[in-house]
Amino acid sequence: MNTLFDKIWDAHVVNCIEGGPTQLYIDRHYCHEVTSPQAFNGLRERGLKVFRPSKTFCSPDHNIPTLNQDKPIADPVSRNQVETLTKNATEFGVTLFGLGHPKNGIIHVIGPENGLTLPGYTIVCGDSHTSTHGAFGAIAFGIGTSEVEMVLASQCILQPKPKTMRITINGNLKPYVTAKDIALYIIAMMTTGGATGYFVEYAGDTIRSLSMEERMTVCNLSIEMGARGGMIAPDETTFAYVKGREYAPKGKDWDDAVAYWKTLKSDDDAVFDKEITFEATDIEPRITYGTNPGMGIGIEEKIPSLESIDEAGKISFMRSLDYMGFKPEESLLGKPIDYVFLGSCTNGRIEDFRAFASFVKGKKKADNVVAWLVPGSWNVDKQIREEGLDKILEDAGFEIRQPGCSACLAMNEDKVPAGKYAVSTSNRNFEGRQGPGARTILAGPLVAAAAAITGRITNPSTI
Amino acid sequence: MKEKFTTLTSRCIPLQRENVDTDQIIPARFLKATSKQGFGDNLFRDWRYDGNGKPIASFVLNNPDYSGSVLVAGKNFGSGSSREHAAWAIAGYGFKVVVSSYFADIFKNNALNNCVLPVVVSEKFLASLFKSIEADNTSTVTVDLNAQTITNNATGEKESFDINLYKKNCLLNGFDDIDFLLSKKSDIEGFEHNHSK
Repeated sequence: MNTLFDKIWDAHVVNCIEGGPTQLYIDRHYCHEVTSPQAFNGLRERGLKVFRPSKTFCSPDHNIPTLNQDKPIADPVSRNQVETLTKNATEFGVTLFGLGHPKNGIIHVIGPENGLTLPGYTIVCGDSHTSTHGAFGAIAFGIGTSEVEMVLASQCILQPKPKTMRITINGNLKPYVTAKDIALYIIAMMTTGGATGYFVEYAGDTIRSLSMEERMTVCNLSIEMGARGGMIAPDETTFAYVKGREYAPKGKDWDDAVAYWKTLKSDDDAVFDKEITFEATDIEPRITYGTNPGMGIGIEEKIPSLESIDEAGKISFMRSLDYMGFKPEESLLGKPIDYVFLGSCTNGRIEDFRAFASFVKGKKKADNVVAWLVPGSWNVDKQIREEGLDKILEDAGFEIRQPGCSACLAMNEDKVPAGKYAVSTSNRNFEGRQGPGARTILAGPLVAAAAAITGRITNPSTI
Repeated sequence: MKEKFTTLTSRCIPLQRENVDTDQIIPARFLKATSKQGFGDNLFRDWRYDGNGKPIASFVLNNPDYSGSVLVAGKNFGSGSSREHAAWAIAGYGFKVVVSSYFADIFKNNALNNCVLPVVVSEKFLASLFKSIEADNTSTVTVDLNAQTITNNATGEKESFDINLYKKNCLLNGFDDIDFLLSKKSDIEGFEHNHSK
């Protein structure tokens, strides 16, 4: 009567501390340049080595420019942080896919691509979107830098066991509804903090029918409703994706692994602390209107009225709308926009580029729109070129930039100017997230493509 | 040995906003440092300063009427990014306690790892505390970690708060997680041995 979460958690308990957290063993540790330098410094100050260097993989992604990556990074502070990661990885003997390496890219894109993310694993990274890897049936979650130091020093972490929640979605998706729309719908229903304290398992035939990349998009956004993580039980889709990837098991090890992975599902009589069910047919292409990912609507819907917001939330609601330049009960269809961003660990994989390219094929980018198309990794970039998507995109007036986190959090030069509207396939519409004063409207790749072509917020099904 | 926390009586700084995400606590463009120092200067940067670096008078940290080492905020404080820089900024500014009706999970862990105590109170207690501070900016709270209680000294309202026993002992005694984990090395090696079978 165990949940999928319980099975993996229990298999990784080193010690249960009385009245306290669990000491949990970590199978895979990912590092990027922003949240790791202080952790490596901590090891240095204590005179420690990395306990299990073969289990940590690093890739700089947050700070890196998306043009001219062969030249030194212009911003000296960014350059120092990226160089510090190189220095730390070299000194401590952990694997680095550095700038210019063919495996470089957003850490949550390259982990799965290279078979480093596997079912049944415990996976952590100093990054909240580590939840992405839960798509493989892994317990994957974001941690702080003190915890990064714990993992480097001991391959363990101290974590209170979260509660479990199952979100079941059944039914067929409507045309033009993507995995991003599923996630934005769930978050809006749950609210931005509604899953705080829980680890979520996604289930149901809608989830089962999703590709691995779509599952990654759904799990990626689990944190945006406050969940500790999100996961999907592994199945044939998972095994087919993992098989043959560089770091995946091979030969007899593969057969043994698959036999174990097939046991990784919630038992029929498993009890969750909370169960929620949605219908796929209720989901339309979606956009956000506010300054947290829970403030979202179907693209044909209107922004909620002030009366519909609870008393304690009214000030924050109006502050959000004021920041965005919107009003309660307003429709956003037809609103002019300025920027489009396709990319990030949420929507920067090959299927996202295929969807975007298939929509803009034979059309032209609106003149008033600046579009940043940023692959999640060099491997995605290679696939784009192999499939000829680059030609389709260029013919439609788009250019493909170099991989990285880019405008998702605007730590590099890719900043949306103050007051400008960006339709973005990334994961957060927080104030200033894409640059000070920038106004972010989160959406899936098809809504982003429709906005790029029309220069306005447009329902892709109406083009 | 880390910093210790036992009891604190302090005035409060009220931040009457919900879902304060870590991008507001410390924007991404300030995350490029490789040390833990200096983040307090940019705490709530874009609410605190305008584009020219001039303090925004209406923001509470710029209001000389309010002071203290307790930050009181609306529900779901610390959501979003896992950046521990948010906890470093709050600690660096001088806050010892953050009070809210609930915290994002990662922020809560990060705060505890930096000797900033996240105190979860009921929505009723929180609303009443905001009212007390609004009525009298010199009103105080007392946080007693050993007893796990918080008292609104203006009204006498008192509530218990949760904290796991391990973390409580760490804070009371200045114990460190890494030292604890290193002391468990043989358990870890034993786990690896069994796990590889």
